[in-house]
Amino acid sequence: MTAVSTPGVEAAPYTVEEVCEHFDPVMGLEVHVELNTATKMFCGCANAFGAEPNTNICPVCLGLPGSLPRVNGAAVESAIKIGLALNCRVRERSGFARKNYFYPDMPKNFQISQYEDPIVFDGYLDVPLDDGGTWRVEIERAHMEEDTGKSLHVGGATGRIHGADYSLLDYNRSGVPLIEIVTKPIVGARDRAPMVARAYVTALRDILRGLGVSDVRMDQGSMRCDANVSLTPKGSPVFGTRTETKNVNSLRSVERAVRYEMGRQAGVLLSGGTVRQETRHFDEQSGTTSPGRAKETLADYRYFPEPDLPPLEPGSAWVESLRAGLPERPWERRARIQTEWSLSDEELRDLVNANALDLVADTVEAGAPPEAARSWWVSYLLQQANKREVTLPELSITPAQVARVIALVAEGTLTNKLARQVVDGVLEGEGDPDEVVAGRGLAVVSDESALTAAVDEALAAQPAVAEKIRAGKTKAAGAIVGAVMKATRGQADAARVQELVLERCR
Amino acid sequence: MSDITRDDVAHLARLARLAVTDEELDTFSRQIDAIVDTVSAVGDIPDDVPPTAQVVPQTNVLRADATEPSLPRDVALAGAPAAEEGRFRVPRILGEEL
Repeated sequence: MTAVSTPGVEAAPYTVEEVCEHFDPVMGLEVHVELNTATKMFCGCANAFGAEPNTNICPVCLGLPGSLPRVNGAAVESAIKIGLALNCRVRERSGFARKNYFYPDMPKNFQISQYEDPIVFDGYLDVPLDDGGTWRVEIERAHMEEDTGKSLHVGGATGRIHGADYSLLDYNRSGVPLIEIVTKPIVGARDRAPMVARAYVTALRDILRGLGVSDVRMDQGSMRCDANVSLTPKGSPVFGTRTETKNVNSLRSVERAVRYEMGRQAGVLLSGGTVRQETRHFDEQSGTTSPGRAKETLADYRYFPEPDLPPLEPGSAWVESLRAGLPERPWERRARIQTEWSLSDEELRDLVNANALDLVADTVEAGAPPEAARSWWVSYLLQQANKREVTLPELSITPAQVARVIALVAEGTLTNKLARQVVDGVLEGEGDPDEVVAGRGLAVVSDESALTAAVDEALAAQPAVAEKIRAGKTKAAGAIVGAVMKATRGQADAARVQELVLERCR
Repeated sequence: MSDITRDDVAHLARLARLAVTDEELDTFSRQIDAIVDTVSAVGDIPDDVPPTAQVVPQTNVLRADATEPSLPRDVALAGAPAAEEGRFRVPRILGEEL
């Protein structure tokens, strides 16, 4: 590893390789995921990112006296799906608990969470690593809770709390369904620990995206990672003191934060100091961590069962129906698709990087041949997406519509050129491909008598060319084909016109 | 006697953000101690009795994931001591970091 050399940036004193000469790193990763349900966890307010401040709030998510929470069934279903995808056991009877602490972003002064009986527990995820290997990460538990509001600190230099004169609160996010997924200690990864951490969060993101339960946008906070790191002196049976690094907001940051904490803690320990158990704050700019607030101990949260919510007993019928509906794991799906479509590693990577894999797969599922489906998405549609500065999935055309365009080409109704115009029409909101074909009058002229008449007309208009063709100079036919294509406004099948020209000159 | 000390009460008071005088520490530690003693009678219940946090025999009371109207913002903010830019305004948070 090369140390970060940006001016003014503090590099961790030891590289991971140096750290691992003296210590074994132990990690625990806590990932919070906001569910993409239509409504919040305990009330019917809209769960929407980016709304005007305090427009999606009600007595329940404001914690007003007398209000009562009601559990969102879809959120429970998502929690169970996540658990099943992580090979967890589903608890037969689980309940909610109150986690008590005072902070302005939580107006009730407690967070409804789960404590001793999380809905799913004891699972694992086999994580694919960059080096081709697999790392099994054991899952301790995943539980349901609610997100907090957002604070804006006014008067401080950087928006951080220090020096702020007061804070402004937006409770739109208060009560948004949140799943916290907690790993068991990850031991034995040694110098690969930072990579394993990143690979785990990446795999988790892919799984959750595949399940369709969350937007998993780390940049928007719908997926957040806290990394617990400690160092065990080589040969010691006891884990070292851990720190918990928060505010790790990208996959790359997960790797950097673990690497930095390993190097920093080794520096402290090797110089004879002791690591303080504390919450640390990751700084994206510098790639370093700094001490955060002193954490309340577990007992200080004074957890107790939530009296307003009856327990959950999912029952095996519900659980098994959810299990049956689980999608294939994203990386297994990628491997299967690569084999089925005979893609090179590079072709597969291009598809994945362009966010096109699912779109192509869905297009194939809608009946298109893989080669044509792939070609449409990674060439013409990708160009259109780039032109509009959106991603492929954001284009306003569905895989089924692309499959229909491909079918229209295959059956000869459209040429490739016309097909692109049809796609343009769909992207412009003119309707389904068939509606665009009808609306723009784009179907290939396949009426043989009309085509033949057009060919005869073109031959008559250019007698000298017609003579050359009759004399065997078939290359001269191009001029006649061009004239016919022009006369039919490009809607004829050029190959068929060519055949007709030669036929009429025989 | 359980052993609720003045320090325990001071700690609880801090967590609850309550200002408590020295005299009150004595009073409350005595009172809380008595309460804990009384409640400790539940320790006599045999272990095979499951703990009960809910007395209503209901499970799986779930709501459909359908949006319901939220409060108009001005109504929501009307109950706040101070508001600014459509947000609730609160005093700065001392001695803590995000």
